[in-house]
Amino acid sequence: MKYFAVLLFLLPSLSFGQAKEKGRDFPITQLKTLDGQTISTSDFNNDGKPIIVSFWATWCKPCVNELTNMAELYDEWKEKTGVKIIAISIDDARNMTKVAPFVNGKGWDYDVYLDPNSDLKRVLNINLIPHTFLLNADKQIVWQHNSYTEGDEFKLFELVKQLAEGKVIAE
Amino acid sequence: MSYSLKTVLALLFFGGLLNSLSSQNILTDQAELHGNFQLDAQYYNIDTLIGAPIVPEKILSNGFMNLWYTKGNFSAGIRYENYLNVMQGFDSRFKGSGIPFRFATYTNDKLEATVGNFYEQFGGGLILRAYEERGLGFDNVLDGARVKYEPIQGLVIKALVARQRAFFSLSPGILRGTDLELNVNDVFFSGKQFKTRVVMGASALSRYQDDQDPVYNLPENVAAFGGRLNVIRGKFNVAAEYGYKINDPSATNKLIYRPGQALNLSATYSTKGFGILVSAKRLDNFDFRSDRAATGNANNINFLPAATRQHTYNLPATIYPYATQPNGEMGYQVELSWKIKKGSLLGGKYGTEITINASGTNGLDKSPVENDTLGYESAFFKVGKEVYFRDYHIEIHKKFNKSWKSTLMLLYWVYNKDVVQGLKGFGTIYAPMAVLDVAYKINDKNTIRIEAQSLLTKQDEGSWAMGLIEYTYSPNWFVAIVDQYNFGNQIEDKRIHYLTLNAGFMRKGNRIMVGYGRQRAGIFCVGGVCRNVPASNGLTISILSSF
Repeated sequence: MKYFAVLLFLLPSLSFGQAKEKGRDFPITQLKTLDGQTISTSDFNNDGKPIIVSFWATWCKPCVNELTNMAELYDEWKEKTGVKIIAISIDDARNMTKVAPFVNGKGWDYDVYLDPNSDLKRVLNINLIPHTFLLNADKQIVWQHNSYTEGDEFKLFELVKQLAEGKVIAE
Repeated sequence: MSYSLKTVLALLFFGGLLNSLSSQNILTDQAELHGNFQLDAQYYNIDTLIGAPIVPEKILSNGFMNLWYTKGNFSAGIRYENYLNVMQGFDSRFKGSGIPFRFATYTNDKLEATVGNFYEQFGGGLILRAYEERGLGFDNVLDGARVKYEPIQGLVIKALVARQRAFFSLSPGILRGTDLELNVNDVFFSGKQFKTRVVMGASALSRYQDDQDPVYNLPENVAAFGGRLNVIRGKFNVAAEYGYKINDPSATNKLIYRPGQALNLSATYSTKGFGILVSAKRLDNFDFRSDRAATGNANNINFLPAATRQHTYNLPATIYPYATQPNGEMGYQVELSWKIKKGSLLGGKYGTEITINASGTNGLDKSPVENDTLGYESAFFKVGKEVYFRDYHIEIHKKFNKSWKSTLMLLYWVYNKDVVQGLKGFGTIYAPMAVLDVAYKINDKNTIRIEAQSLLTKQDEGSWAMGLIEYTYSPNWFVAIVDQYNFGNQIEDKRIHYLTLNAGFMRKGNRIMVGYGRQRAGIFCVGGVCRNVPASNGLTISILSSF
């Protein structure tokens, strides 16, 4: 009974939401930069070119694999499509101070932000990391993928190319 | 269910509010409904050899669903959970099903107001952190009201009043708290460029719980205070956080009236290809709960993570992981990481990454005090003699060419099992360990990965070996076979193989995983919190979906 009531209240709102559904707007939440500043996700910007948002943590092996593998290809990807990669660490107080030395130690060239109490992770309904999103020119989520296996970056780049050419992601 | 009617009424009210208000800007904002779903279930076989508890239900499962509604400045959501019955290794107080999480939030440029459930953290969480770690069965979400306000850029004020979730009910203590964070550069030197940036914060939290104790005169209002400072200059970053709690006799500190203190210090220097971290901590009687009678992994108000490396390779991560001792410990950690340049003799074509880490934790130096209701005396900077934990290790990661890469890790651990697990008679375990991880990429889609690990010790259950073969087919499939072998057990019958087969399918936001085999009894940790997982044998299934 109670769940039925919950659904009832949600239904009318959905009806006009779906009519012009293209992609989900990337939610607006505050994050921290590596030098202690606060930044809003509404400030994410890549001049209308695609953005990859990757959730990771220093202790997450597949996450680090994914970001390391993409780091090798990043220059080429930027040149071909203008894509930007944003890496959001969910490391909490235990490991948060390690993120900057870790990123530097790896020599990654990404925009790296911290989500220390998983606020953004929660709004995006992420179960587990790694979890990667692809955003279009309007900063709408057009594709997402959880977990990482070697080689997933090639699939991702195919989608980035489609987006950069103005195509609609069909997957 | 104590929530049911109230929950529904609240949702209907906020839902109605949302719909009526949001219809005003129907042209600019779309309504969106998103969420996620998780179901874990296990079929348990009887296996007396590994000491698996007998499960009369045969099948146990944990299920979750979040629904999250947003439209313009409003959002609302619920989470439904069921435990039918709760899986082995989780707290048995998770019973049945219900909606332990529902909220509504209004946000604009300067203000955010939430009623219902919310997660929150003051600074690093030293005096308050509400968070969820589903894998641990840990959720201390707050239920009440919270306001965040940013009057000028660089100044954030938070205030809250709430009770805390305890399984499917609420913890008795009422929490009232406030936090202020000040970005000195933004507020006082806005528009000017300084090399040094300073961020500071202060917080206060009080817990009310009535005193019904017939013997003790217990403080009904317990206040805790926190202060923090973060200074960043170029490649240097120095952070300090201090917490103080007035006397709070509780079940975990054996009802002593001593005030609590906590201090975390850290400094990092990093530049491209090189990073160093040095940190130190001291905890003294700092276990803080929303119910003074609580024990175990529940009703925690604050977050006290271990100051050690968070390992992910199987043996170091699950056999002897350190767990924070909130009532007294002193520890340090040093981590050095660098990348040997590409093209050099040792760097090769892709460079070589090296990490060296050392961490250690001891007890406090305690001496008896005349008034024994205060518990003990302890000099702030004096390290106690009793060793709780040591971890020294080196990790080398190298990519040889497009197909081959490998990680080698060598570790030496000292683990005081009696103290860390609160047991008697096990003593201290000395364990060197080694991990070798080799991946071979056949082509862009197919990869094989092999892990070999060993832990050598004469104490406790003796030595272990572990092997893994994993095959992945990007982007959708994986299959893995894992064996853990307790070859060094003194009892010959207990030299058991724990063999498991896992397979999974992933697509977009979905993942389904199936496993079959034996699971070793072990400790599963995320952050500073751990849970004991009993041995089991059977079929597991896990389904995850984000939408």
